[in-house]
Amino acid sequence: MTPHAAAARPAVIRKAITGGIAPNLIDYAATRASFSWESARAQLDGMRGGGLNIAHEAVERHAQGVRRNQTAFRFLSVSGVRREVSYAELSQLTNRFANVLRALGVGRGDRVFLLCTRVPELYIAALGALKNGSVVSPLFSAFGPEPIATRVNLGEGAVLVTTASLYRRKVEKIRAQMPTLKQVLLITEEAVSADIPGTLDLGELMAQASETFETVATAPDDMALLHFTSGTTGRPKGAVHVHNAVVTHHATGRYALDLQPEDVFWCTADPGWVTGMSYGIIAPLLHGVTSVVDEGEFDAAHWYRILAEERVSVWYTAPTAIRMLMKAGAELARAQALPSLRFIASVGEPLNPEAVWWGQDVFGMPIHDNWWQTETGGIMISNFAAMDVKPGSMGLPLPGVEASIVRRDEKSGAVTVIDTPGVQGELALKTGWPSMFRGYLHEEERYRKCFAGGFYLTGDLAMRDADGYFWFVGRADDVIKSAGHLIGPFEVESALMEHPAVAEAGVIGKPDPVAGEVVKAFVSLKAGYVSSEALRMELLGHARKKLGAAVAPKEIAFLASLPRTRSGKIMRRLLKARELGLPEGDLSTLESGA
Amino acid sequence: MSAEMKSDLIALLKSIAPEVEESGLQADRPLRDQVDLDSMDWLNFLIAVHEHFRVDIPEADYRLLVTLDDLVAYLSRKRTP
Repeated sequence: MTPHAAAARPAVIRKAITGGIAPNLIDYAATRASFSWESARAQLDGMRGGGLNIAHEAVERHAQGVRRNQTAFRFLSVSGVRREVSYAELSQLTNRFANVLRALGVGRGDRVFLLCTRVPELYIAALGALKNGSVVSPLFSAFGPEPIATRVNLGEGAVLVTTASLYRRKVEKIRAQMPTLKQVLLITEEAVSADIPGTLDLGELMAQASETFETVATAPDDMALLHFTSGTTGRPKGAVHVHNAVVTHHATGRYALDLQPEDVFWCTADPGWVTGMSYGIIAPLLHGVTSVVDEGEFDAAHWYRILAEERVSVWYTAPTAIRMLMKAGAELARAQALPSLRFIASVGEPLNPEAVWWGQDVFGMPIHDNWWQTETGGIMISNFAAMDVKPGSMGLPLPGVEASIVRRDEKSGAVTVIDTPGVQGELALKTGWPSMFRGYLHEEERYRKCFAGGFYLTGDLAMRDADGYFWFVGRADDVIKSAGHLIGPFEVESALMEHPAVAEAGVIGKPDPVAGEVVKAFVSLKAGYVSSEALRMELLGHARKKLGAAVAPKEIAFLASLPRTRSGKIMRRLLKARELGLPEGDLSTLESGA
Repeated sequence: MSAEMKSDLIALLKSIAPEVEESGLQADRPLRDQVDLDSMDWLNFLIAVHEHFRVDIPEADYRLLVTLDDLVAYLSRKRTP
C-alpha cells in the first residue's frame, strides 16, 4: 500500500510559526539530539530514597506549589452539573481515598479495579490508589460480566470500585466467580440505593477518612497500572506498567500534545482504556493544566459546545469520533467559534487523510495523528505542532524513541532492520523507554515473544518514507480494531460457543467507515438447530449479555461450516477475504490491512 | 398512539440489542443507563428510528433524545404538521 493523499490535495500540510504560542518542540532534529530520558526524569520531583510515584508527580507536586489553586479537573456530568476540583482539593480527595484503602487493609501492590463512567470518583480512586502504592486496573464500563470476571481474576483484583447500578447489572451475578475480590466500594449515585450486601458505601468511607496521607515512596520499577489488551488467541493480556512510566507521560505531554501551563485540555478517551489513563488522567496533571472530563457519550452538538464553552485549547480525540463529527456536517462545527483551540491530536487507529484535511477546513488546523499501544504506555510516534503534516502518516518518533521497520525471520526469529524507504515491515521500537510494559501478567512466555534483537516488536505493519515519516499499514495478526479499541476474536468466539446452538464460531473485523472495523461473527450450528432470524437475534443477545456492547459482535452470519486449517484452527483470514469479496487464494493482500 | 409508538421503539431497540427485557425498561429514565449500548448501537438505533418513522432527526437533536418518553414526544411533535 502506498500513502494515498486525498484527491487534488497536496501531500503535505506546511507549518509556519507565526507568532502566537510557540510550540514546546520547534526544532525536531535538535531536540532529538539533545534529549535523554535521564534529563526528562530530572524534570520531575521523585521521592525519598530514589522513589518515584505517578500520583505524587501528578497531584502533590502542584498541590504543594504555586499551582495549588489551579483547576485540575473540570467534570461535566450527564445531568449538566459542572464541578471544578483544584490541585489542592484533588490532593485532599485522593488522600481520603488512599486512607480508605489503607483502613481496609489494602496495601502496596494490591490491585484496585475501577468500573464506572467518567465520574469524579473514578479519577480520585485511580490517583488515590497510586498514592497508596496499590496497582490500578481500569475496566471499560461497557464491558459485560464475562470480560469483567476474566480481567479481575487474571489481575487478582482485591478491590472493585463501581456504582450500584453497574454492580447490579454486571457484577452481582458473577461475584462468586471472583474469589480474590475482598471489597467492593460503591460510588454513591442519586436515586439508587447502595445498600447491597457484600459492598461498602464509598461516599461514607470517604467522609470518615482523613484528608492527609503520606504518598508511598514506590520504586520506579514498582507496578503501578495494569491495562488489559487483546491478542489473537487466548485470554486477554494484562500489560504491566510501572511508576517510571510517568517520565514518558510527562515528556510526551510536552512534545506530542504540546501541553503548556495555561492550557485547557480535553482528552475524550475513557480511562477504561490506556489513552484515558495515560492522557485523560496522568499527563495533563503532570503539566499542571486544567483537564475537562465529560461524562456523557459522544454527541456532536454537545462536543462542539464543550470545545467552545470550556475554551478547550488542546484536544486529544480519536478517529471514530472525528469521522462521526464529519458525518454530522461542517455546519454544526462552524456554528461555534473556537478561538481558544490551538492543537488537535488523534489516536487509536490511523487517521485517514480526509479527516486530517477536514480539521484544516473546519478548524483551520490539521488533526495530528499519533501512534502508540497499550504496551508502549505512551505516545511513541507523532505529528508535532511545529512539523509539516503528511495526511495519513502517523508522523515521526518522539525524542528518546527509536523506531524501525523490521522483518522477522519466521524460523530463526532473527530480526533484520529494513532501511529502504517505502518498504513494508513490522514496526519495532528499541527497548528501554520508561513506559515500556514490563510484562504480561503471569505470561512470561507471551511477553518474551514480543522482543527480539533489542527491539519490542509491535505486531503492527508499517513503512517509513524517505523523510522518516511512518505510515501504518495494518495489523500483523487477527486482532480487531473497533473504534480504536482492540478486541480479541478468541474472547468473542468463546462466548458464542457457550450457546447450546453453536458448533463453531469465527470472528473477524469487518471494515466500517466510522469505527474502522466492527466485530462480525460467523457461526455454524449444532445438529438439530436451524438457522433463523430468531436464532440470530438470540445469539446476538446472548453475546451482548456476556460480553457487553463494546466487545460483542454487531453482525452474526450463519455458515454450514467454518473453514479450518489442517491443524484445526479456524481460518479467520479466509472468512475475512470472503467478506471483502477478495480472491481467496490471494490471502497475502490481507496482510496489508485491506 | 403513543403506546403503539413505544412498542415500535422497543422493537427497533431489540433489533440492535435483543437482550433487552421490555418489563425492565422505565420510560422516564435514560435508555442508555438501562440498556448496554455503545455509541455505534445508539447511532444505529436512531437511524432505525428515522427509517421506521420516516422522521428526520438532525444531529443537533440527539441531545434531546435520552429516554423512551423523550423519543415518543419528539416523534409525536415531528409527525404532527
